[in-house]
Amino acid sequence: MMRGAALALIKRDVLLARKQGGGLGAALGFILAVMVLVPLAIGPDQILLQRIAPGMMWLALLLAVLLTSDRMFQQDFEDGSLDVMAMGHLPFELVTLVKALAHWLTISLPLALITPPLGLLLNIDLSQLPILWATMILGSLALSMLASIGGAVTAGLRRGGLLVSLLILPLYVPVLIFGVAAATASLGATSSTPALIVLSAITLMSVVVTPWASATALKAYLR
Amino acid sequence: MALLLRLKVENLACERGGRLVFSNLNFILNAGEMLELRGANGSGKSSLLRLLAGLNAASAGSINFENGSPDLSLAEQAHYIGHADANKTALTVSENLKFWTAFLGENKTPLDAFNLGALADDQALLLSAGQRRRLALSRLHCVQRPVWLLDEPDVGLDSKSRMILQNHIARHLDEGGMALVATHAEFGFKAAKTLNMDDRQ
Repeated sequence: MMRGAALALIKRDVLLARKQGGGLGAALGFILAVMVLVPLAIGPDQILLQRIAPGMMWLALLLAVLLTSDRMFQQDFEDGSLDVMAMGHLPFELVTLVKALAHWLTISLPLALITPPLGLLLNIDLSQLPILWATMILGSLALSMLASIGGAVTAGLRRGGLLVSLLILPLYVPVLIFGVAAATASLGATSSTPALIVLSAITLMSVVVTPWASATALKAYLR
Repeated sequence: MALLLRLKVENLACERGGRLVFSNLNFILNAGEMLELRGANGSGKSSLLRLLAGLNAASAGSINFENGSPDLSLAEQAHYIGHADANKTALTVSENLKFWTAFLGENKTPLDAFNLGALADDQALLLSAGQRRRLALSRLHCVQRPVWLLDEPDVGLDSKSRMILQNHIARHLDEGGMALVATHAEFGFKAAKTLNMDDRQ
């Protein structure tokens, strides 16, 4: 019964994202803008660009995900869907988990897949693509999970975007540090495995912890 | 079901934003009975319904739901239709209903309950206010739940749809369910118990 409800919710959110656009286009445009503007701002120093590329790409991905997070629960809160969901058999923590997963599937994951090839604009080495894909796919799940806290806290606020950024950015710091560390390690002689392992740990922990935080914040709104 | 359902509310009080909305509220509702909530704006009709739906917390008192499913909370045995319709405007009528039935644990699509069959493939965005209301009310038939909490369910409904709603409630009561309905207009149920929220402040 619970699995049916979770599946129904994830299917609906994916369908909604497809029908009304969940902000993926805008986020993608943002990343593309960063990739195009950075070389213009830094200048045509190819070696410098290659060195800062992983950091720039991670930063663009992180901010793009943040851009979309304030809408994660807003609609469902405003149209009363959250009320009905709170009365279902699916525990509310799992509702927030499933909605964060749907956000990952519809926004963060596509962004994580598209961003590494866009790095060619920053002169990244092609051999870096696999490690960038690995870290971004892994890290983007953590980004969506952490964004759900911000989305939940600002669900009832009309213009919650900036507040989300202020609340969530500190939580994004570890993901950023270890995501970039894993990607840059492959440039030098060091192994990227330790950073990857830490990034996995951060992701797994965010999957476990954030649903409770989001559910608590949303329940406070419903009262 | 051998034992009949019974909803017993004792000394219930509700506080919203530091203001006492109502206190010392007592009533008993048996299977097959409907309670009509009357009262001025702000007298706590919606607060009481949300409280019973588990969406608000009571500041005092107790709610006992007797002889229901032992492992389910009252909220899980109740339908709440509030002022927000919980429809997704980007989805079609049948997609909306399919989602709620699947989410609430069934697999039927009650398009006929409020004559929405002809609108099944229309986007909910295109519906009129009354049609949206009918779509929200159709949720009552997505799954069978014994307690109906309806907050001004007849707002926006034409006289024919209002009749249909009354028939649905009557059948629900005949089948041993119960209903709490907040309303301003005379709802037209002879057997209804009435609770005037104005006296509770």
